[in-house]
Amino acid sequence: MRLPCPICGARDHREFYYQGAAVMLDRPEPDAGSDVWDEYLHLRPNVPGAHDELWSHDAGCGAWLRVTRNTVTHEVIGAVLASEVSR
Amino acid sequence: MRVAGKGLIDRSRPISFRWDGTTYSGFQGDTLASALLAHDVRMVARSFKYHRPRGILSAGSEEPNALVTVGRGADTDPNVRATVQEIYEGLEARPQNAWPSLSFDVMAVNDLAAPFLGAGFYYKTFMWPGGFWEKLYEPLIRRAAGLGALGGEAAKDQSEKAYAFCDLLVIGAGPAGLMAALVAARSGADVILADEDSLMGGRLNAETLSVDGQSGHVWAGQMVETLRAMDNVRLMPRTTVTGAYDGGTFGALERVSHHLSGVPEGGVKDTFWRIVARRSVLAAGALERHIAFRNNDRPGVMAAGAVRAYLNRWGVAPGKALTLFANNDDAHRTACDLLDAGVHISGVIDSRPDAQAQGDYPLYAGAVVTGGHGRKELEAISLKTQTGTERLFTDCLAVSGGWNPTVHLTCHMNGRPTWEPRIASFVPTSGSIPGMETAGACNGAFSTAACLAEGVAAAQASLAALGMKSASVDLPVAEDTPYAIAPLWAVPGKGRAWLDFQNDVSVKDVKQSAAENFASVEHMKRYTTQGMATDQGKNSNVTALALLADATGRGIPDTGTTTFRPPYSPVPLAALGAGAKGKGFAPERFTTSHAASVEAKAPMVEAGQWYRPSYFPVQGERTWRQSCDREVGYVRNAVGVCDVSTLGKIDIQGPDAARLLDLVYTNMFSTLKEGRVRYGLMLREDGYVMDDGTTARLGPEHYVMTTTTAAAGQVMRHLEFVSQALHPEWDVRIMSVTEHWAQFAVAGPLARNLLSGVLDDPLTDEAWPFMSCGPVSVLGVAGRLFRISFSGEHAYELAIPARYGDSLFRLLVARAEAMAGGAYGMEALNVLRIEKGFITHAEIDGRVTAGDIGMARMISAKKDCMGKVMAARPGLVQEDRPQLVGLKPVGPVKQLSAGAHICSRDEDAVPTDDQGYITSVGFSPTMGHFVGLGFVKAGLGRHGEVLRMVDHLRGLDAQVELCDPVFFDPEGGRARG
Ligand SMILES: [Zn+2]
Repeated sequence: MRLPCPICGARDHREFYYQGAAVMLDRPEPDAGSDVWDEYLHLRPNVPGAHDELWSHDAGCGAWLRVTRNTVTHEVIGAVLASEVSR
Repeated sequence: MRVAGKGLIDRSRPISFRWDGTTYSGFQGDTLASALLAHDVRMVARSFKYHRPRGILSAGSEEPNALVTVGRGADTDPNVRATVQEIYEGLEARPQNAWPSLSFDVMAVNDLAAPFLGAGFYYKTFMWPGGFWEKLYEPLIRRAAGLGALGGEAAKDQSEKAYAFCDLLVIGAGPAGLMAALVAARSGADVILADEDSLMGGRLNAETLSVDGQSGHVWAGQMVETLRAMDNVRLMPRTTVTGAYDGGTFGALERVSHHLSGVPEGGVKDTFWRIVARRSVLAAGALERHIAFRNNDRPGVMAAGAVRAYLNRWGVAPGKALTLFANNDDAHRTACDLLDAGVHISGVIDSRPDAQAQGDYPLYAGAVVTGGHGRKELEAISLKTQTGTERLFTDCLAVSGGWNPTVHLTCHMNGRPTWEPRIASFVPTSGSIPGMETAGACNGAFSTAACLAEGVAAAQASLAALGMKSASVDLPVAEDTPYAIAPLWAVPGKGRAWLDFQNDVSVKDVKQSAAENFASVEHMKRYTTQGMATDQGKNSNVTALALLADATGRGIPDTGTTTFRPPYSPVPLAALGAGAKGKGFAPERFTTSHAASVEAKAPMVEAGQWYRPSYFPVQGERTWRQSCDREVGYVRNAVGVCDVSTLGKIDIQGPDAARLLDLVYTNMFSTLKEGRVRYGLMLREDGYVMDDGTTARLGPEHYVMTTTTAAAGQVMRHLEFVSQALHPEWDVRIMSVTEHWAQFAVAGPLARNLLSGVLDDPLTDEAWPFMSCGPVSVLGVAGRLFRISFSGEHAYELAIPARYGDSLFRLLVARAEAMAGGAYGMEALNVLRIEKGFITHAEIDGRVTAGDIGMARMISAKKDCMGKVMAARPGLVQEDRPQLVGLKPVGPVKQLSAGAHICSRDEDAVPTDDQGYITSVGFSPTMGHFVGLGFVKAGLGRHGEVLRMVDHLRGLDAQVELCDPVFFDPEGGRARG
């Protein structure tokens, strides 16, 4: 699998560290309540299809990316820098 | 026997080789198979299960029978297909799976026991009694049924990995592949053309067909030379593309030196390639399938296309009186080519009643072969004609049941092939591999003209997808004969008719599988082992599933195929794992004091990828404990020097550096004054401890964080995540500087005295109080000094640019030795920190909270931090969690052991009574007894209690007293003073 790092270009997946679903980008406020925090940390939809996920280009530029990948076909639909995801 | 005037071999270059102890000669260009057939060597192997005599069936990598062992000792290559092994001077090959000899094999008795050894035999017979499988049955079966054996010596490391990138990967260099490569290359694309054969051209080298008015192999040779001359083309002969993976990535095995007598100096035997291609064209051709009939596996029964290849490419007729058995027109070419070469044809048996002879040979239309005769070699065949039965004497029967497109790679990403009735076989389903076009025979296009045209079309489609303009290329003129076939899978009749030759699967086995309701194709495969051998059933799978479809009445499209998985053909593990043996398995990281430590005969231990000195032995010491005790004494009584460069060092700069630290640490760092150091605790977002360490503030917007050696990478990634993903608006930059600084702990009552002679400015207690930091000049070199202590003594860590590390370490150690101190290693460092109750990742193993290690109050109430919310979960703060305690032995057994469990004194040492566990132990020369750290339920409030330590693994059982984890100098006066 190849991931299109916006900084380095398409690179082999072995250069990257996989974190998990991109919901980690939306950190709740400290007072959001235990349900919200529980969901943020533990509950993940097991999506068949387009899935936003976080990868770190550890063996490259060190950027965190939000990669959109089809979990059924493994097609990588796109990648943006996590720092540029609008929230 | 050789046929005069035929073949592409170089008859001016004879080559001698050995087979089964006898010396033979062949010619440059021969494979082992062609050279053996030239000498009428028929039987070359014994089958896997029944040890039946077997001969060469095919002329390619799909060969199921002719597995041989090449070479000896460390150079042994077992299970080599004789059909792909090129001969070279001195080649030594021998048969396998036969004892005492190929000709007389005692295990052939299995064949007589065949009625008891059918499909499902293992499952039914070896079920009981329990335990017999591992001890008795499996070893017996493995000895009886086997492939070749390894040489018994460690193989030489003669493989490598390589990487390649291209616009277009063309897989297969037959007419379709050559045209695709030419069109793409002429259009400016970077092209890789890979073919498993040594000679590119595919079937054109095996046929007498012409292309553009010249002999097909001549045309192919000119194409190859044209491509070779182009800068944007890489030709990869002897390279099998073994797998198709995500993102246009392909695996490929290049057999670099298997055709040479020994690996050249500095060369390799195999290279495993990872090829990344923007687009690909599969032009892998087709494989001929067999027809099942009684004893259709006798040596001398061959594939019709292979017989043609041996004649046209290698100038070999595999018999003196040949017969053919076919259900399609293509096979008649074999008869015509043989006749033209002057080889005798005893008869052509065609199952189609309307078959027409295409040459002057006896044709038996509407007839079938019902059996083969002869034991070790084919001697005759029985026919059932439209009028009766007949017997024909023949030493070679060429069989063709039709051609199966080589669709394998298109199925590697879960694609399923499509049934095509026109050719009675499967063709690739379009879009199975993103970016891949299929062309030629692998697509079901069997005429040369169609292959050429499809190659051009596939290149054009690929170029369009690449956004490149396609160069115009004239389509060569070639034959366009229609393919005519009437399916015939198996000839009915008594006796065993074979499908999978390598695994000895018969027609009856498949029928039995269906009868016993293993009726899905995947179940049938596993029940019968059809297609599970090293050839993956390339000649037989389609036939087997057609017979299964027949037995179940479902039809072939509904029956479907089994899943083709990589690799297409066997790949040596040595090639897949090339370079990763021994020290190649993981990188080694060395500190700047490595050479000095090794010179001092310090045993080096691994700490992640780092190597650190365990202890520094001196003359007269017999055990590591003596060294360790002495080194602990250096630090407690004089001064010790230890390389601590492996700790992670992260430089953090920017206006928002303090905000970042406040968020990742539980405690405050924005309030830390310049020139000061603070201990920090870091949590994961789930509330558990991630890491700890000290962070120094060097300037208003400049911090240097230290992490533990083990978690340096994790912490770095965590900081990047927080700054990039959670707070991209913050102006802060993070950089690992672990390798840039050599850092040495100088610890002990004489530490200041030692450093005073090394630093250019005076080192006073007023200017450098405990937990201070700042720039220093070290004999004229700019360094950094941190007054921190991991030993509880008056101590410093001195950092210097790494290029000075070696000389500074030697200098510090020499000065320490002059003060009755010296270097200390990991063992002493560990004892020193346990004496002080300082934690490492032995304690913070990912399951402990700040409260568990007595640091609950380090979670600042004044601010948010990573992990703070979840650290307050009820389960993470409950009272009876295991909490950090010190442990000392108080009974007759004076030893402690890490990993031991703690339980009540009067209960059985069973898991239900478990009270906790020990994480770190060491003998403390300072205290005069073993000291340990561990976690015991509600341990903070149980100091003074005596419990039991049980280590079932080491057979240790001791009474231990729980105590404060700080054994030595609990007031901490020594570090501050
Ligand atoms: Zn990158």
